[in-house]
Amino acid sequence: MKIDIALGQYCEGNSPLHRLDPRAKLIMSILFIVAIFMAKNVFAFLFLILFSVALAAVSKVSPRVVLRGLKPILFIAAFTAVINLFFVRGEQLIFEFGFVKIYLEGIINAVLIVVRIIILLAASSMLLTYTTTPLALTDGLEQLLSPLAKLKIPVHDFSMMMTIALRFIPTLVEETEKIMNAQKARGADFTSGNIMKRVKALVPIIIPLFVSAFRRANELAVAMECRCYTGGEGRTRMNKLHAGMRDLFGILIVIAAGVVIVLINRVNFGFSLVM
Amino acid sequence: MDNIIEVKNLNYTYEGYGDMPPVKALKDVSFNIERGSFTVILGHNGSGKSTLASVMCMLSEVDSGEVIIDGRCVTDESMTDEDIMDMRRRVGMVFQNPDNQLVATIVEEDVAFGCENLGMPSDEIRRRVDAALETVGMTKYARHAAHKLSGGQKQRVAIAGVIAMKREIIIFDESTAMLDPMGRREVLDTIERLNKEDSITVVLITHHMEEAARADRIIVMNGGEVLCTGTPNEVFGDPERMWAAGLDVPQSTELLYKLKKAGFDVRIDIFDPYECAREIDHAMRRMRLGGETGGKS
Repeated sequence: MKIDIALGQYCEGNSPLHRLDPRAKLIMSILFIVAIFMAKNVFAFLFLILFSVALAAVSKVSPRVVLRGLKPILFIAAFTAVINLFFVRGEQLIFEFGFVKIYLEGIINAVLIVVRIIILLAASSMLLTYTTTPLALTDGLEQLLSPLAKLKIPVHDFSMMMTIALRFIPTLVEETEKIMNAQKARGADFTSGNIMKRVKALVPIIIPLFVSAFRRANELAVAMECRCYTGGEGRTRMNKLHAGMRDLFGILIVIAAGVVIVLINRVNFGFSLVM
Repeated sequence: MDNIIEVKNLNYTYEGYGDMPPVKALKDVSFNIERGSFTVILGHNGSGKSTLASVMCMLSEVDSGEVIIDGRCVTDESMTDEDIMDMRRRVGMVFQNPDNQLVATIVEEDVAFGCENLGMPSDEIRRRVDAALETVGMTKYARHAAHKLSGGQKQRVAIAGVIAMKREIIIFDESTAMLDPMGRREVLDTIERLNKEDSITVVLITHHMEEAARADRIIVMNGGEVLCTGTPNEVFGDPERMWAAGLDVPQSTELLYKLKKAGFDVRIDIFDPYECAREIDHAMRRMRLGGETGGKS
């Protein structure tokens, strides 16, 4: 049993995307997500796909990794597609069987929603997780949110928690695999039976996993204390964040992409594929 | 003698839990550790050696007794949090589980963690991190993901994190226990180098006799008490005392001791298998020579 964790893992590299300031990349991702939801017709979506492919090319992350990272969300994408297929009502009825009615609009919607989800994940992981180390990412987030610290919101603590969570994902995944194998060696069966049975079979995995996670947390806390960690106050950083023209340029490109999408939305291509 | 750590009449009790009675983990423990020395605290499970480590790192409060680090009593009631933090800058600790002491995902970011906590300027941190990685021989892994390294490499990263903070004393709490023989050798070599070249005071807590043989001085713990202290020669020179306490001596020493008891003329202050083989070889030659001269006379 190998658990795939390509999604959300940093890929070493030195591409222009790797070199961008994490704050700029966070802003770019948010803007791009907005742009994705503004897209209204097929051509706008084609443009989005092109833009994502361009991002991938610039980031130099291998396409295999990108595709592998998308696997876990295929289920969610398929699920949303099916819901859309059956529940969107429109004018052009294509298929009817009993209470099941499928409309052309439903099909279009389903396809577009899948594309939307995939682009959303691919682009944001390209901009953020694949090209930014978790620490830089949480640093960037901490600094972007730092105005909130004035409202007594513990921004530093949140970013520290995120850093540690990201650090321990692979460790805990490895541990899960070990526990699963240990339970299998004792004759546990995770793959047969109905859903209730399978959920119950997970209990002997989850309990040891939790116990060990708490033990790890305790040890880590002691180790951090030994390394003089006392919270965010008075901490400095080895890698200071430097925003420059390059970062401004990156943000402008995404804004330009958004403008292009708005323009494409307005153009009437002679046939209606509008959602 | 210049003692950097003085432990005086230390007592420590773990509180009972449920039906479990309280356990006295340290009973009237006293010893000194010299500045710049390589000291091993040896003992099997439950001997109190890890408790001792956490007390020396100011992680636990003692019942009674004193720990004096460089003239400063760190077990004193009047120690404020700032005082403790101040002393912690001088005493570093490397733990047993390599996974549970690395905070950041990328090697160099983790090494920098301690220095960042101390609020150093960025370029100073960068310099120290590079130097520390160089010292432990991990420079080419600086940008690697920490979780993909081997156990020995992870421990070396943890050590780099400690030496980047320029600690005078480093306590290794069974830091080699979870490693394979390769990793153990990597880490031990690093520890020895830190001690010899950078004159850092090293306290290594272990239950491996072969590791203990490399120290300047050994403190043997048994049942919460100090059984004996001395150089490896002094400690392992009396295997009977070690066996009585349920401890071992290095295999080479054991073999030579048994040979000696059986009437062979061998030295027993040898811990290394190769030296042991050489000694046996020498002894056999001496015997053959002795036999020949005996035959002539």
